[in-house]
Amino acid sequence: MELELRGITKRFPGVLANDNVNLTARSGMVLALIGENGAGKSTLMNVLSGLYQPDEGEILIDGVVQKFPGPGAAIAAGIGMVHQHFMLIPVFSVFENVVLGVEPTKTGGLLDRKKARVEVKEISEKYGLAVDPDALVESLPVGIQQRVEIIKVLLRGARILVFDEPTAVLTPQEVEEFFGIVAELKARGATIIFITHKLKEALAIADDITVLRDGKVVGNADPKTATPEVLAEMMVGRPIDLVVDKTESVLGAPVLELKGVTVTDDFGRPYLNEVSFQVLAGEIVGIAGIQGNGQTELVEVITGMMSLAEGTISFEGADISHLSPRKRHAAGMAHVPEDRNESGMVGSFTVAENLILDSYYTEPFSKGGRLQRADIATSAIGLVEAYDVRPPHIENTGSALSGGNAQKMIVAREFSRDVPLLVCSQPTRGIDVGSIEYIHEQIIRKRQEGKAILIVSTELDEIFALSDRILVLFDGKVVAERKPAETTPAEIGLFMAGKTT
Amino acid sequence: MTTTQMPSTDNPEPKNSRSFMQQLTTGTDWKSAALIPALAVLTALIIGVVIIMLTGSSFGDAMSAYWALLQGSVGSLKAISETLTAATPLILAGLSVAIAFRAGLFNIGTEGQLLMGGMFAVWAGFTFIGLPFYVHIPLALVAGVVGGAIWGFIPGFLKAKTGAHEVITTIMLNYIALRLVDFLLKTEIFQREGRNDPVSKTVEASAQLPLLLGWINPGLRVHLGLIVALAAAAFIHWLLFRTTTGFEFRAVGANPKAAKYAGMSITKTYVLVMVIGGALAGLAGAGQVLGVLDRATPGFSSGIGFDAIAVALLGRSNPWGVVAAAVLFGGLSAGGQQMQVSANVGIDLISVIQALIIIFVAAPALISAIYRLKAPAASTQISKGWGS
Amino acid sequence: MSTPPIDRQPIESYEVTGKRTKELTRRQIKKARITGIVMFVLAAIVMFFLAPAAAGTSTFGLSFADETIQLPPLSVPSQGSLWVLAMVLGFLGATQFFRGFQSRTTVILGIAFAVFVFSIMVWATAGQEFSLISMLVSTIARATPIALGALSGILCERSGVVNIGIEGMLLGGAFTGVVMGSLLGGWVGLLAATLTGGVLALLLAVLAVNFRVDQIIIGVVINILVLGLTSFLTAQVLVKNPDLNNAPIFQALKIPVLGDIPIIGPMFFDQTIIVYGMFILIASVTFMLFRTRWGLRTRSVGENPKAADSLGIKVAKVRYLAVVYGGMVGGFAGAWFTLGTVGRFDEGMTGGRGFIGLAAMIVGGWNPIGAFFAALIFGFSDSMQQKFAVIETPIPGEFLAMAPYLVTIIIVAGLVGRARPPAADGQPYEKE
Repeated sequence: MELELRGITKRFPGVLANDNVNLTARSGMVLALIGENGAGKSTLMNVLSGLYQPDEGEILIDGVVQKFPGPGAAIAAGIGMVHQHFMLIPVFSVFENVVLGVEPTKTGGLLDRKKARVEVKEISEKYGLAVDPDALVESLPVGIQQRVEIIKVLLRGARILVFDEPTAVLTPQEVEEFFGIVAELKARGATIIFITHKLKEALAIADDITVLRDGKVVGNADPKTATPEVLAEMMVGRPIDLVVDKTESVLGAPVLELKGVTVTDDFGRPYLNEVSFQVLAGEIVGIAGIQGNGQTELVEVITGMMSLAEGTISFEGADISHLSPRKRHAAGMAHVPEDRNESGMVGSFTVAENLILDSYYTEPFSKGGRLQRADIATSAIGLVEAYDVRPPHIENTGSALSGGNAQKMIVAREFSRDVPLLVCSQPTRGIDVGSIEYIHEQIIRKRQEGKAILIVSTELDEIFALSDRILVLFDGKVVAERKPAETTPAEIGLFMAGKTT
Repeated sequence: MTTTQMPSTDNPEPKNSRSFMQQLTTGTDWKSAALIPALAVLTALIIGVVIIMLTGSSFGDAMSAYWALLQGSVGSLKAISETLTAATPLILAGLSVAIAFRAGLFNIGTEGQLLMGGMFAVWAGFTFIGLPFYVHIPLALVAGVVGGAIWGFIPGFLKAKTGAHEVITTIMLNYIALRLVDFLLKTEIFQREGRNDPVSKTVEASAQLPLLLGWINPGLRVHLGLIVALAAAAFIHWLLFRTTTGFEFRAVGANPKAAKYAGMSITKTYVLVMVIGGALAGLAGAGQVLGVLDRATPGFSSGIGFDAIAVALLGRSNPWGVVAAAVLFGGLSAGGQQMQVSANVGIDLISVIQALIIIFVAAPALISAIYRLKAPAASTQISKGWGS
Repeated sequence: MSTPPIDRQPIESYEVTGKRTKELTRRQIKKARITGIVMFVLAAIVMFFLAPAAAGTSTFGLSFADETIQLPPLSVPSQGSLWVLAMVLGFLGATQFFRGFQSRTTVILGIAFAVFVFSIMVWATAGQEFSLISMLVSTIARATPIALGALSGILCERSGVVNIGIEGMLLGGAFTGVVMGSLLGGWVGLLAATLTGGVLALLLAVLAVNFRVDQIIIGVVINILVLGLTSFLTAQVLVKNPDLNNAPIFQALKIPVLGDIPIIGPMFFDQTIIVYGMFILIASVTFMLFRTRWGLRTRSVGENPKAADSLGIKVAKVRYLAVVYGGMVGGFAGAWFTLGTVGRFDEGMTGGRGFIGLAAMIVGGWNPIGAFFAALIFGFSDSMQQKFAVIETPIPGEFLAMAPYLVTIIIVAGLVGRARPPAADGQPYEKE
């Protein structure tokens, strides 16, 4: 089937999410749709799947104009979405998930479970998507869950498959397997749209690439000839300076030291397995790794949100292994959390309140348990100015800020404290390029001031741009340590995938 | 290669107007603070007329019932005194619900906490004999605070330690308290000598809260408890907005995860806020037994704890809003007595009107639709499912 | 990126798969120890407090006088039986403490409590005679509104709508049931009660689904509203027109042959139409929830409405249907209080049974069968309280009355076998 979008425009109050988007995808080919976060990819896909109605433009399948008043209509037209966050019901079995909405029934609405299992089996055999129909979805690894999603859309007769960031949560092997599945689907004549921001993956499996920026299509590229640099420039609209200016810094004494740190789950299995490293004053250590290899737990155990099973954590020579988060904070640790909306700020609090969220109990903000509102306001006005938080109104609520400005607010809160250690987890996730550059500058500035800095990022480029030393975390272990000048992203990538030294 | 990007859903839609939850936790604009509640009360009263007429009364009868309601609530000094007497426990119990809302907890257990506070206070009231009033009254009030605080501590502790949903545990604790009161009133410690029915001994005169307007007319029942309640409102307002503890309550209520990351102790906050909430409810119970009833009987809480939920919602969890809402509900309750006596319209109509008020306050979109206001405020969301 | 073949599981999946393993965590071991100690304590109570005070024999009546087949009363030596029961408890406690029953812990704990309760009965009836059969029959009767109330909650919550307005639905059903029953007969009353529950549930559905009001607030409101309205109407209308408050009562319908079986007959086959209705509803709702398309869709909406929506399932419609159906079950349950027992309405006559129903739903793990057994336990404690009041035991009835609430707190606190509620329970679904 051939899918064509003509002049799709979708507006939200104050935002033009899709602006006259045109694209075409043909049967037996993979179209990669790339763009930054906020470029309008997800909106476009929601239009395609019937969740949104476009304000202008039309969707054509094999040259026929389609109208999708709801997801049901899009499914009926042969469009199948595999969402980034799987649309699965964890407590249901595989076959229950697959047939939901198109259940085979006997008389009286009775579920025909036998037939449902057979239907699942047929598809899984036809496309080589091995899965047990009776397994509970919550007991399956992420890669298998994704297969269930794919079977789900195939069962509904989808010939146009849309994958939204399908590799974000997969392990390297699962990514390989996923590419195999895509190739199989392609060979059977499916039309595939692959939404991603990972340029290498787009180049690896796409037959055509469409680039989206600020809601508009800014161009197409042929994966055979295009390079990542060209695509990146198209995505952000200007040449990208990948190099962050940084001079040699003077290394000092160890500020943070982990020795044999092991963190386990309830069942005694390790999230982190004997992790040891140091962060020196004036040094940026970057932790590279694919999501879910223990990064979150590493940050949580350092900041005291999680307790360790074995090992010690020292801070400026003192053992802090069993101190509360509050005490570690007070001892001189700043923390930019991984998810700003969920854990970095209180959306309904004002900017001023968010700026004292973790230091509200200290002087000068509090005296004898009483908040000192004048001092809080004065400090907030200064920080908003110094860290370029826009708009600079301290009585605005945190949720009124854009992602980049909210992140700058959090950075302002953490960096304004003159403390020896900064722990930054995904410091630039999902924010605009301008804010990324700004935050990177601030991190470098702190390094020049002689602070010890730990950066955890799943973006290898960020790790390379900032780090003085790179540690690779795989399956809860540090599997490699390199200086950026002495290695390549390719080598680090291999370590991230589980290669051992 | 490119600069750093991370997968995340790109969602271009701007956030909706602040949700009611946010309003409960942060404060309100003028419209939702005053206009919507006023219209909610008006609409509920209009529906009340319809209900009266459905029972076979005429429109004129309904109007005379409302006239009696008005007379009975603000029509005379006596009426105003009755309104304030009824408002006193509602202020305290409303604050109990409100402060829990602020910390993201739904305290349905005010009724039970009030009962336990009342039992402690009544015990202190009849047990210590010969104390001067300036010792005995504070002692009995503190006993009430302790009783309520214990009953508030249990769900707070269970929530903090095991994640047991406070709505379930507080509902269950209400019933346990109710049965416990039934039991205690039949024990030797509590039961009045020579009685077979469950009635407690009478509170000593030295522990009875003095009447504020007794010097004008001893029949004016408004008592010292009102001053205590207003002081409590002022204290809770100060606590919430001027202290680090209140900052923690509000942060935990609005975003527990962020609060945890900021080094606050969620468990400590849950326990503390439920203890304070329980203490306020206990104080309400103490005020009732020491200021109005002079004794305890089964179910002496008479649903104040449930009205308190309405009061907290109507007052948008703002301490002074709670005071205003409590006075309104006190007026309805006092006026309802008059309505029952002189217009022969049952006082239970007041519960119906109160229930309707909560519906309209919790679903402002209904009010906005009826009165064609622009931009309905978001509906109330406090609870987050049963899990933990 | 070339990937060498490595055999490993992603760390994330440990957490989800881990729950299903047989491995014991430290927490579980600690819990096994604690439950073991609890059983020991129960054994000690039976041994040292109950047994020494129990002289003579305890006699339990097993048949009513008018039954065709008469069973002789069961007589046991009180003290001897208590010693045996204490040893059983001690054995269970020791096994649990040292070995642990693992996944069967909850069941074993239940058995231990049953043994303990039976010990109390033996002790309380020492030297007396006590009609066990009438207690069992009344257990079923008293469990009926609780089980139906729980079922009402299950139907709503499986679709993701929290219903704490069960009490109001019971009370509303009881009221209209008696009024319509007085006017037009019991069957019309029953229908009216059912419809009343449906209408109240419609209010819940509109506010919860369309207006996205906090569902707990709506439940509280429904309870206050119905209590106020029925009390108001009782005072304004029923008091003046006693004819409206005098409905025919459904009599017990004895099923031929089955009804003659000793013990089981009177318990299950000689009951009113409302009790039979409860059995039928429990069975049919279980079947519908877990074996039909409707059930699959309802549960999917309660677990993950977004996923259901993405598959073209109309979340709002599914929730409306489930909630209204649940409300009708609640209204039907309400009829038990008037049409099933006394034939007249009194203010607030449901006396918190709706909340016990809510408790039974939680204790039963949002499953109709589980809720039914929980309701049986609660009905039993209710009925035991009544009987003990007659034979004058030193245990205050108030403490027995507290039992359902205490059990519920223990369960929600996860101290014994914590159940998982539907994932989207209580969360309004907002289409993007």
